[in-house]
Amino acid sequence: MRSHPLLQLSRVKVLEFIREPEAIFWVLVFPILLSLALGIAFRTRKPEPLAIAVESGTEAASAVEALAADTSLRAKVLPPDEARESLRTGKVALVVIPGDPVTYWFDPSRDESRVARLSADAALQLAAGRTDVRTTVQREMTEKGSRYIDFLVPGLIGMNLMGTGMWGIGFSIVNARSRGLLKRLIATPMRRRHYLAAQMLGRLAFLFPEVGALIAFAHFVFDVPVRGSLAVIALITGVGALAFAGIGLLVAARPRTIEGVSGLMNFVMLPMWIFSGVFFSPARFPDAMQPAIKLLPLTALNDALRAVMIDGRALTSIVTEIAIVGLWGIAAFVVALRLFRWR
Amino acid sequence: MADIALSCEGLVKRYGDVVAVDGLDLTVQVGECFGLLGPNGAGKTTTVEILEGLNEPDAGRVRVLGKTWADGGDGLRERIGIQLQDTQLADKLTVMETIELFRSFYSKGLDPREVMRIVRLEEKEKAWVRKLSGGQKQRLSLAAALVGDPELLFLDEPTTGLDPQARRQVWDVIADVRARGGTVLLTTHYMEEAERLCDRIAIVDRGRVIALDTPVGLIARLGAEHVLEIECATRPDLDRLRERVGANDVRIDGEIVSLTVREVHRAIPALLQELAAQSIALTRLTTHHATLEDVFVAMTGRHLRES
Repeated sequence: MRSHPLLQLSRVKVLEFIREPEAIFWVLVFPILLSLALGIAFRTRKPEPLAIAVESGTEAASAVEALAADTSLRAKVLPPDEARESLRTGKVALVVIPGDPVTYWFDPSRDESRVARLSADAALQLAAGRTDVRTTVQREMTEKGSRYIDFLVPGLIGMNLMGTGMWGIGFSIVNARSRGLLKRLIATPMRRRHYLAAQMLGRLAFLFPEVGALIAFAHFVFDVPVRGSLAVIALITGVGALAFAGIGLLVAARPRTIEGVSGLMNFVMLPMWIFSGVFFSPARFPDAMQPAIKLLPLTALNDALRAVMIDGRALTSIVTEIAIVGLWGIAAFVVALRLFRWR
Repeated sequence: MADIALSCEGLVKRYGDVVAVDGLDLTVQVGECFGLLGPNGAGKTTTVEILEGLNEPDAGRVRVLGKTWADGGDGLRERIGIQLQDTQLADKLTVMETIELFRSFYSKGLDPREVMRIVRLEEKEKAWVRKLSGGQKQRLSLAAALVGDPELLFLDEPTTGLDPQARRQVWDVIADVRARGGTVLLTTHYMEEAERLCDRIAIVDRGRVIALDTPVGLIARLGAEHVLEIECATRPDLDRLRERVGANDVRIDGEIVSLTVREVHRAIPALLQELAAQSIALTRLTTHHATLEDVFVAMTGRHLRES
């Protein structure tokens, strides 16, 4: 007759969530739209030829002809002023001033400018009769798993686990607090830890549709590989979801208003959006920052997801990451239970 | 002393400079419906929340069902039911889901369907809380308080803000609970509610009990059972009026002069004669049986609905 309070509290949490249409959009639809947009924006394309300028003059025509031998360059003749202006504004990567010596005018801080200089020089030297002394062979990398979308999808899964956990729990708790519902609950024999644990458990109910939909979409639309075991991916996302639910509880432990909790959540999430390798690799940040970045829960979660999904690693190689994520969750839950404002 | 459900002595609670509860004593017997009657801000809610173990007093002692909150704890929560004044239950749950949730917190209690029958919400079983009327929400809140089959029920202003019909439906539910032998402590600022539901009433003003008796006993304290209210073109001489009419008490509130009298049929002719003698035109005359409102006015000089 009487069901366990933890079960009832979790059930209520799930019911309240699915009766909120906006929540369904943000959890299930939004990540797919985001990956679709980013997948299209950063799709793999044939490299565009680099635009370069040749200053007009008597030797301009023969220089353009020599440069045409390299298909990665597209040379056009411009008067000197316009050529410089085009270089300055980035419309061309290089200005070639024919003559003897040939002058290359370029911007060394731009990768494509340096590449254009090397390519243009090689083309002109070859046309002038230089012969290569070594035979070389080129091979092109086209393997799946190395594209931007392959990097992105595990990061989006991690970001979504963080966002859903924090918003989903933070808002409903602060809402219940401002309605006097939390106070009403502690006026019953309900165990406080049951309430908090149910918030986290209720969160798990949406995990598989949410993560599953995004992985399936990425796999079938963008051909993103899923190399590791699905069971390990489920384990990582489960631990990640619980950890961020715990952090969500902690963030919602004190605020009385939705405005208050929103600010606090953005404050907590913003560093992880930037540092934890959602959209770009955290290796871009200075070495001194790396140990701290590695300890962020979202970094550990994203690293573990990428290792398993894209690199096909086994559970044993991501134990550290899972431990970091799990410890964040446990610590946040324990502290939240102590700090929690029920009235 | 097993027949005492609830008692407190010397309760004090301060919020900064404001003294919300100022040395309050109460004793509620088992099986009794006890009312705390007073205007808003009298300290009723603070008192009840201290008794419910949701608020800590600065001084004083509380015993609920023979235990203190310090040593009773969760065991005590199993035995009491609470309706708070300002709880808004979750909007997107149904009536049944809400009752089942609260039922799950108690190790023993009533069947959710039985509770729904008691509060007369059977037809709303599948309705979302958001769709309920004010009176239905209030009855659902009562259901949540009743579902653990409490020995002692706390109701904080159970009908505030409801229309008269919805209020009467809540009264019916409380009357049913009383009929089942439950002990009830309720707060209200409606005299009619207190008179109708309560066995004994403590009138609370500024954090203190200023009178405690049965509703009939409190009214008897006026020394007279009827109240005459008159309005006149000009103000009469009140002392002479009291003397000639034989009123126990005369007071003036704006334009209205009220006299508390024992016998209306003797008082009215005397009143009319005296006003004629003072050459004052009478513009209105009403009479009613004395109520708790009159008791409150007599004791504090203020109306319950004020402040």
